Amino acid sequence: MEKKSIDQLKKICSQVRRDCLRMVHAVQSGHPGAALGLTEYFVALYFQEMEHNSNFNMDGQGEDLFFLSNGHVSALWYSVLARTGYFSTEELKTFRKISSRLQGHPATEEGLPGVRIASGSLGQGLSVAIGAAQTKKLNRDNHLVYVMMGDGEQQEGQVWEAAMYAAHHKVDNLIAAIDYNGQQIDGPTEKVMDLKNLRAKYEAFGWDVVEIRNGNEMEEVLKGLEKAKSLTGKGKPVMILLYTEMGYGVDFMVGTHKWHGVAPNDEQLENALGQLKETLGDY
Amino acid sequence: MEKILDLKYTYTEKKDTRSGFGDGLLEAGRNNPNVVGLCADLIGSLKMGAFQKEFPERFFQTGIAEANMIGLAAGMTIGGKIPFTGTFANFSTGRVYDQIRQSIAYSEKNVKICASHAGLTLGEDGATHQILEDVGMMKMLPNMTVIVPCDYNQTKAATLALVDHHGPAYLRFGRPNWPIFTPSDQKFEIGKAIKMIEGKDVSIFATGHLVWEAVVAEAMLREEGISAEVINIHTIKPLDEAAILESVGKTGCAVSAEEHQVNGGLGDSIAQVLVRNMPSPLEYIGVNDSFGESGTPTQLLEKYGLNAENIVKAAKKAISRK
Repeated sequence: MEKKSIDQLKKICSQVRRDCLRMVHAVQSGHPGAALGLTEYFVALYFQEMEHNSNFNMDGQGEDLFFLSNGHVSALWYSVLARTGYFSTEELKTFRKISSRLQGHPATEEGLPGVRIASGSLGQGLSVAIGAAQTKKLNRDNHLVYVMMGDGEQQEGQVWEAAMYAAHHKVDNLIAAIDYNGQQIDGPTEKVMDLKNLRAKYEAFGWDVVEIRNGNEMEEVLKGLEKAKSLTGKGKPVMILLYTEMGYGVDFMVGTHKWHGVAPNDEQLENALGQLKETLGDY
Repeated sequence: MEKILDLKYTYTEKKDTRSGFGDGLLEAGRNNPNVVGLCADLIGSLKMGAFQKEFPERFFQTGIAEANMIGLAAGMTIGGKIPFTGTFANFSTGRVYDQIRQSIAYSEKNVKICASHAGLTLGEDGATHQILEDVGMMKMLPNMTVIVPCDYNQTKAATLALVDHHGPAYLRFGRPNWPIFTPSDQKFEIGKAIKMIEGKDVSIFATGHLVWEAVVAEAMLREEGISAEVINIHTIKPLDEAAILESVGKTGCAVSAEEHQVNGGLGDSIAQVLVRNMPSPLEYIGVNDSFGESGTPTQLLEKYGLNAENIVKAAKKAISRK
């Protein structure tokens, strides 16, 4: 993939945020908060850092793979997949509607290009990604496997089963990331169920940990991903703690859990789009 | 009892069905380099040691973490591996139902969930480990194939057949030594019932260990002048509806026999087929809405009404309702 300038990537982020808001608005359901917070990371991965093929093949041999464990960020993933050519941006109009491939949470059943596993029930994606990474090793395929999780998702026990396993089996072709926005449905994570020191926890489990302190700053995200890549192949799985702000880019949505699963109304959409002027052309 | 009966099938050896799985997996590993094994700290119990020894690079010890094992297996299919997971039936199903549902069944992943120590015949470990609901849970999942073989030879053949079958599958087997009465060179056709004994008065549809009990029951019924047809339903889903209707079309009544809850088991599936096509008397042999307990396999089958004597009674009752 040709290298893009920071400005180009930022422009793409603006468009992707517009897509997310319009998709959620059109069907008056979905999860805008985390989608807006993770936009820089997804754009950095799909437009710059990952070696991937939009001519989709389920087995994905000879390319990097991405798994989304916190499936409710689906609008963001669909926008990025469409805008990297996995399917037409026109299809974004069908998000969450009847007979669509763009299910509320990602699914493989209708063969949506780019999606390799269903997700939404939290805690499962890390295990799946580790399995895929081990198959890459068996196939002598030197590409990487990426997986995205939520921070609230760290409360699921299966995540820690997987964390223990990946270190024990030296799954070092894996870059996991946690969307560290400190928010979950019932409130701030530290009130709902405090995660305490995630860095210390993953290090104690035997992982290398990279922190991206501002996950909504493109330069920092790119630098963090390069750092994470440089740590692969050294006998340990790699975890990125990605500090983001939920709802980033829209002033009335930022920094609160209130927009986790709520759609903007007409007026709010207009206001939000007014704050995201850069566009590559809405679908 | 068995000695004086004129059985249509005999045996010279007893063996556990889980060994059929272990031996089948080893052969599958030799035949196909994409076969991989995963086990959650029960290598000996699942008889996966030989596979592990011969293919260490393709074997994955997961520790006591079954949810992770199911997710790993789903992920390993991406890139062409054919994972066989191994643990007790209880931990293969109820404990990890949501993981199977989302990451395997809904995602249509080519994972073979292999489950030992199913049913009452697990014996002395008691009800915590004697799962009697697993077939129901698995057959409810769209995309899932459910197989319950009857002896060592059939379990081995089923294991090998699963390598060439693309899609999620649940393979249920057990711990006790059990008569080996089916041929070692059998061809295992998923979804195709096997008519073991031809008869005309009543159809006995049995699965798993109870196929042998049905064979014994047939001889007991024959002594009383009753002609029973015995059909081995090794695949509960997809169900061989044609074989069921063909048999009951002739006999006019049926008995289902399984080491499972009556609720949600093979009998329920057969009842659906009959009600839709050919309403006929059906009697159920299975566990009636209770948990099991500690005991020997034979004691448990007797106490919970799952042995040949009970099949005989059920057959007579079904005939009387015609």
